[in-house]
Amino acid sequence: MNARPQKRTIPGAPIFDSDAARRGYALNKMCYTFNSKANRDEFVSDEVAYCKKFGLDEAQIKAITTRDVLALIRVGGGVYFLGKLAGGVLGLDMQDIGALQTGVTKEEFKAKLVAAGH
Amino acid sequence: MAKIVGILNTSHVPALGKAIHLNLQQDPYWKPFFDGFPPIHEWLDRVKPDIVVSCYNDHGLNFFLDKQPTFAIGTAPELVSADEGWGIPTMPSFPGQEDLAWHIRDSLIRDDFDMLTCQEMLVDHAFTLPMALLWPDQKWPVKSVPVCVNTVLFPLPSARRCFKLGEAIGRAIASFPEDAKVLVIGSGGLSHQLEGERAGFINKEFDLKFMDSMVSDPEWATQFSDLDLVEQTGNEGVELLNWLVARGTVPGPMKVVHSNFHIPISNTAAATMLLEPV
Repeated sequence: MNARPQKRTIPGAPIFDSDAARRGYALNKMCYTFNSKANRDEFVSDEVAYCKKFGLDEAQIKAITTRDVLALIRVGGGVYFLGKLAGGVLGLDMQDIGALQTGVTKEEFKAKLVAAGH
Repeated sequence: MAKIVGILNTSHVPALGKAIHLNLQQDPYWKPFFDGFPPIHEWLDRVKPDIVVSCYNDHGLNFFLDKQPTFAIGTAPELVSADEGWGIPTMPSFPGQEDLAWHIRDSLIRDDFDMLTCQEMLVDHAFTLPMALLWPDQKWPVKSVPVCVNTVLFPLPSARRCFKLGEAIGRAIASFPEDAKVLVIGSGGLSHQLEGERAGFINKEFDLKFMDSMVSDPEWATQFSDLDLVEQTGNEGVELLNWLVARGTVPGPMKVVHSNFHIPISNTAAATMLLEPV
C-alpha cells in the first residue's frame, strides 16, 4: 500500500477526523454514556474501573486521571464527547478548559476572549 | 401553499441554557446577547409562523460515532429534549410537523440528498436553545422539522453542499400543498474554538463579513473547505454551515429585520440575525 498523502494541519486546531475517530472510539463511547446521571455517578465512584469497563488503554486512562485535556485530544477524544466529561462530570466550564489547554489562568483566558471583541 | 416567512440564524452556546434557567437575561454579562431578541419577539407576534424548520448540529445526543450521518431529518411526532451530559436543563418536548417532515424527506431524497430518517429523535441544545430564545415561555406555538448536519466528524459536508441542501429544502417547502408560514432556523456559530492550543480563537472580521454575505451574497462562504473554515472561524465556528443550509432555502437577496453581534458569550462570537424575503 502506498503511503497516504500528508494531512493538512492547522496549528493549535486539532481536527477530529477518521484517524481520531478510530483512535478514540472507546474513550468517546465512554464519554457518550455521561448523558446519563447514573453513569456519571458510577464514573465518579471509581474512575479507573469505569475506564477499564470501556476498554480504554493506558494512555487514555492516564490522560483522564491527570485531567490533561490536550492529551485527551491526542488519544482520540472528540471535543463534544470530552465536553460531557469536563462539564457534566468534573464541573468545568469552557473557560476552565480553555485555560488548561493554553497554559494561562482562567482570568487571563477570559480577558483574551473579551479582547477579541475590540 | 407553504411559504417561508423568515430565516432566523443564531448562536446556540450551551451556557445560554443555564443563563435562561437562572433568569440571567438582564445580568451585565448576558444582557448584550439577550437584548438581540425583543425585536425578534415583536416580529414573531406580528408574523406568527406555524412551522419551524431548524437546521442544526447534534453534539452526541441523538447520534453517536457508532452511526454518524452526514445529513438527517426528524419525522418524529415528538422531538424530545434530554440530558446531554453538559448540565443544560431540559425543556418541554417539541411537537414535530410530521406531514412537512415526510414531504421534505421524500423530496430531498428524490433530489439526490441521501437523508437519514429519524422516526424517533432526541434534540440537544443546538435545537432547543434557539427555540427557547424565540419563545421564552417554552410553550411552543409551532410544530417543528429538525434537519441535522454533521459537524462532529471530519470531513464535514462542504459549505457548497450545505447551501445546495438548503436550496433543495426551500424547493420542498414551496411544493408543500398546505397553507403554512414557515420560519427556517440556522443554529450555531459564529467563530469559536473549544479545543487545542488555539482554544479561545475568535475572528470578528470574518464573522462580520459572513453576516454581511447572508443579506445579498449568500454563496460567499461556499468557496471555503471545511478546513478553511476551521482556520478562519475556529473548530466549532464550522457551525456556520447550519446558517448556510438555512440561507439556501430562500433564493436571492433578503432584508435584515434585526441583527446582533457580541463578543464573547462563553468562548463564542455570539450572533443573531433575522432575515425576511424581499
